[in-house]
Amino acid sequence: MVEQNLLLLLVLTPFVSAALAATLPIRARNAEAWLAGLTMIVALVILGVLYPALTEGQSITGTFRWVSSIGLDLTFRIDGFSWLFMVLVAGIGFLVILYARYYMSPDDPVPRLYSSLLAFCGAMSGLLLSGNIIMLVVFWELTSIVSFLLIGYWFQRQDARDGARMSLIVTASGGLCLMVAMIILGQIAGSYELDAVLKAGPQITSHRLYPVVLILFVLGAFTKSAQFPFHFWLPNAMAAPTPVSAYLHSATMVKAGVFVLLRFHPALGGTDAWFQIVTGIGMTTLLLGAVVALFRHDLKGLLAYSTISHLGLITALAGIGSPFALIAAVFHIVNHAVFKASLFMAAGIIDHETGTRDMRRLSGLARVMPVTAMLAIIASGAMAGVPLLNGFLSKEMFFEATYVWNNGGSLDNFAPYVAVLAGAFSAAYSLRFIVTVFFGPPATDLPQEPHEPPLLMRLPVAILVAICLAVGMFPQQVLGTWLQTASMAVVGPELPHFSLKIWHGVNPPLIMSLIAMSLGALIYLLPRRLIDSGEDGTRLMRRLDFARGFDWLLQVFTIRLPRFALRVLSANGLQSQLRAMVLLSLAGAWFVLRRLDWNVPMPELGASELVFALLWLVGGTCAVGAAWQAKYHRFAALVLMGGAGLVTCATFVWLSAPDLAVTQLLVEIATTALLLLGLRWLPKRDQEIPGDNNLTARSRRARDLLIALACGTGMTALALAVLLTPPGTSLGDWFLRNAYVEGGGTNVVNVILVDFRAFDTFGEITVLAVVGLTVYALLRRFRPAPESVERPRPQLDAEEQALEAYLFVPSVLMQWMFAPIIALAAYLFFRGHDLPGGGFAAGVTLAVGLLLQYVAANVRWVEARITVLPMRWMAAGLTTSAAVGAGSWIFGYPFLSAHAQYLEFPVIGKVPFSTAMLFDFGVFSTVLGAIVLMLIAIAHQSLRVAPRARAPETDEETR
Amino acid sequence: MELILALAIGILVGSGVWLLLRPRSYQVIIGLCLLAYGVNLFIFAMGRLYVGAAPIMPKGGFVDPTAYADPVPQALVLTAIVISFATTALFLVLMIASRGATGTDHVDGRERHP
Repeated sequence: MVEQNLLLLLVLTPFVSAALAATLPIRARNAEAWLAGLTMIVALVILGVLYPALTEGQSITGTFRWVSSIGLDLTFRIDGFSWLFMVLVAGIGFLVILYARYYMSPDDPVPRLYSSLLAFCGAMSGLLLSGNIIMLVVFWELTSIVSFLLIGYWFQRQDARDGARMSLIVTASGGLCLMVAMIILGQIAGSYELDAVLKAGPQITSHRLYPVVLILFVLGAFTKSAQFPFHFWLPNAMAAPTPVSAYLHSATMVKAGVFVLLRFHPALGGTDAWFQIVTGIGMTTLLLGAVVALFRHDLKGLLAYSTISHLGLITALAGIGSPFALIAAVFHIVNHAVFKASLFMAAGIIDHETGTRDMRRLSGLARVMPVTAMLAIIASGAMAGVPLLNGFLSKEMFFEATYVWNNGGSLDNFAPYVAVLAGAFSAAYSLRFIVTVFFGPPATDLPQEPHEPPLLMRLPVAILVAICLAVGMFPQQVLGTWLQTASMAVVGPELPHFSLKIWHGVNPPLIMSLIAMSLGALIYLLPRRLIDSGEDGTRLMRRLDFARGFDWLLQVFTIRLPRFALRVLSANGLQSQLRAMVLLSLAGAWFVLRRLDWNVPMPELGASELVFALLWLVGGTCAVGAAWQAKYHRFAALVLMGGAGLVTCATFVWLSAPDLAVTQLLVEIATTALLLLGLRWLPKRDQEIPGDNNLTARSRRARDLLIALACGTGMTALALAVLLTPPGTSLGDWFLRNAYVEGGGTNVVNVILVDFRAFDTFGEITVLAVVGLTVYALLRRFRPAPESVERPRPQLDAEEQALEAYLFVPSVLMQWMFAPIIALAAYLFFRGHDLPGGGFAAGVTLAVGLLLQYVAANVRWVEARITVLPMRWMAAGLTTSAAVGAGSWIFGYPFLSAHAQYLEFPVIGKVPFSTAMLFDFGVFSTVLGAIVLMLIAIAHQSLRVAPRARAPETDEETR
Repeated sequence: MELILALAIGILVGSGVWLLLRPRSYQVIIGLCLLAYGVNLFIFAMGRLYVGAAPIMPKGGFVDPTAYADPVPQALVLTAIVISFATTALFLVLMIASRGATGTDHVDGRERHP
């Protein structure tokens, strides 16, 4: 169990450190470096502890249950291969962090860099250690996102923003493809656990969806590993700070693609399609990257294309898929990470000390910075594949793999020649890097006077170069056992015996190597002048500008197509949109309901229902009247609408829904007050709107009338159909039986709201609070139309004092009513659990009571006497409800489980008490706060605009 | 009873929809309120109609569910009433803010040119 927890720690530590790093002060370069460096060391120590358990090809798996129902658990799994990769991630991570400490200028905000680097390390660890293929995709996308932040670190620069965006879109789209591939894989294998998927290889390759899975999978891997034709994002990502490039493009980000290729080789590999696609693309990328790298003048550009080329090499090996090729691939992953990281760092030092990365300006640096020069020359030698360096060994293994392996296809026959040619170009660009930068006459027009960097900045490079040398000279002793462990995890237990040796005798790979080296020297040295002073990049690559093509695609898909779709599909204006909505729902209802049997017998109208009929005669007239008058007589429409509301309320009373009646009545009052407050800000409507009675307007109204009639008839038919069907067993029966026993209340509606379905209620009061805040926020920047600023005519006509005298008696009455209303609210609240009432009703009641005070006296008078803090009421309400809900966790129950009992009080007697009541208090408080907030916010507008409106008038009078 | 309530729902929804399609924002607000009455009654009616059978239980003992009105639609409508007040308030504020910003109370933010 210790090992499993260590595994979890391995993934979590970087994320925790990332959070810590983000909180450190902005100039704390040393503290950041210590924190990040220690994190990497912790990871390395954990890896060291875990290693003994992995040597025989076993793996450690730790499962932490998560959403088991959909096959998603937090499974972490480590074997020799991911172990070796993790060592690279943590080891090179450590060196990069040390390097970054000296590379970053004191003005850069380092917490962001270190935090992102650590998060990236965490994401990469998660990707490598995921034992669940869905988790793997999650971490995969996480690396894309964090790399976006890292590449765009200097976000003030256009090229950094563009590069970051491009890399995010390319790699995240690839991640999407990978996710689909993983889902299909999981479905085929019957499990999303990595071990099960890897074992299901034959089942997967023989499945009819195999081609689809393969294509989607390689799309994911190729976009991440910058394989042709998705390679273009990598050179553009060079806008990142050099430590970031050194980390992302040597050991981590781009290696994730080849990691999954090797990891899933047992599941997906071994077929002809795999070989053709993976090796084909790998070989193309290998050659293309090598050729383009030779013609780049930017140091980091050269290294970027070289990285693309080397990734192509590893991809090609993964495609070949023989045990020997896989061993070579793992070996080259390590070697490339080591020498490429050191080269990026060296390029960074050169850039840092001279101020330029342009090889046309750099020259003769070996004289001024001899140590750096020596380190960089050795690393380039490894990149070129010079004997006694690590690059030579894996490159030779690559040659051997292309030469020995033969399945008779044309691609296979071609492979050795392509390999040698690419090797030659690789030697050529390495030579060019060495010759132009370090030799020749001293450079004259450098932005800065070059000198050696601080020792500690050189140290990471020196360590990496020492590893290059050590592996190159004593491969078996230094890396042999680790490589064997790692390869066993990829190839399986039947790993052929291999021994890393420098000298295998004169054999084809050695000859291929020699040809490549000498050809490479010729390729560069013969047309040297032309290359050094020629144009940047090759002409072919400029023609095939993939980055521009990408921009064009982006333009089409994110701007042109949406705009076109908007023009074609969108309705013009809200009115037509609403009409479309109504018509669509009509059509939808018709489509669903036309097959029903509509042959229901008409009910008889009894004499006892005459009153109900008369009630709705009034209600219906009110509704139609409101619809009739809403345009020109707003106040009348408001009154009529209130009439319809009151009849609705009476219906609730009639039909055994006292809770609804109470709430409806109270809300009716609040709504009327609200709309009255809003009326003032609307334009005058004492004249007919121009063109309101011409033919088009009339025909429009006739059409809408038809739609409305259709809706009304449809609803009548629907309601009638349901009402005349005898009820079956209802969910309500259960609530009726259990309300008292389980909820401790006799008012079932209230018990449902605050106990059984309290979570829904919690959501609803949250909505209410959000709406209240939105109303408040919208009104803070409210600017009324100019003609509404003046006070309304009735107020202007009447003398202010006369108005007050007129309202004197009502206002006194309203003030007197305040205390009874508070008592009423309390009464409604406390009886809620057993009788009609409850938090909603009590909240609205108290809100209406407060509103009455505003109506009775002027706002300033009220606010001088009562301090209402609606925001606090809302906050208190939501907090109470959430706390009551969370409180049930303490007793081991799910969120919002209620507890009920009767408490015995002296004198008063038995009082029902339940935690649901506390929850109901939260509801009360939120409802009160939200309603008061809305009403007061609207009412205050008159106060806010009045003084400002008067100022210009007085100005005019004085003038 | 059923027929009357069904007709009432139809009238409320019909008036509401007609107002919903009108050009002035105040008409739309009134329409939404009427529509809310209609829809609330409709949801409420899904539990069928009971007279004099409010879902208030005796304390303990056997409970016959058929003797009481269905509480579930009532609980749904209760919150719906409060939420529809909130949406009315939100829309009212949008209306007066849009009137202030565009100078017209037409829902499209501009007068139709005849």
